[in-house]
Amino acid sequence: MIRVVVGPDAIDTAGELDRIEVAGAGAVASFTGLVRADDGVGVLELEHYPGATEAALVALAEQATRRWSLAAATVIHRVGPMTPGTRIVLVATAAAHRAAALDACAYLIDRLKTDAPFWKRETRAGEARWVDARQGDDAAAARWHD
Amino acid sequence: MAVRLLYFAWVREAVGTGEELVDPPAGVDTVAALIDWLAARDPAHADAFRDRARLRAAVDQMFVPLDASIAGAKEVAIFPPVTGGEATGE
Repeated sequence: MIRVVVGPDAIDTAGELDRIEVAGAGAVASFTGLVRADDGVGVLELEHYPGATEAALVALAEQATRRWSLAAATVIHRVGPMTPGTRIVLVATAAAHRAAALDACAYLIDRLKTDAPFWKRETRAGEARWVDARQGDDAAAARWHD
Repeated sequence: MAVRLLYFAWVREAVGTGEELVDPPAGVDTVAALIDWLAARDPAHADAFRDRARLRAAVDQMFVPLDASIAGAKEVAIFPPVTGGEATGE
């Protein structure tokens, strides 16, 4: 069971974790990403490619489901303007045992940073700037290549 | 044949629109040729596409290299390298 949501609404972590437990697996792992206030970021705005984003996230969730035999995978990604402390992403995975759930969760969070069409714009002291691509993210995603 | 073009992030801002419908001539058969054709028509496009190494593309929502064909494409998106979902750091 794959659940992918991309939109401007606040992420209901508790509700999503309750929902994925219904898959009936023995282990659920999750990752919540929050907007950081690093270097004086006041607002983080996320733009995406509607349609292509959801397709990319579903494809990643399907890959993870096959690789780790997941019972369920959830990827909820918020877009639009957000202030520090706001939940921006939730990844949750359900599997028979903890190793598969934890590994699949780490895989999804690494891969979605490089494989999904999101672009970040940070506003610091009233000045907005598009964030450049990070080589570190590519390296994190590359460690999962077979 | 008319193609729907989509732009995102700073490419969208530099071009001045997020979406347009164009009808490129027959010889414009790859993403790179489309970019050249658009840049030759309009200074804002030329400015947005000045550094090709900073451009990425998708044809009918599939991510492709710039030398990919656009034959039969309904939708071509041109955008900067993605900067990931998730938080601003880590």
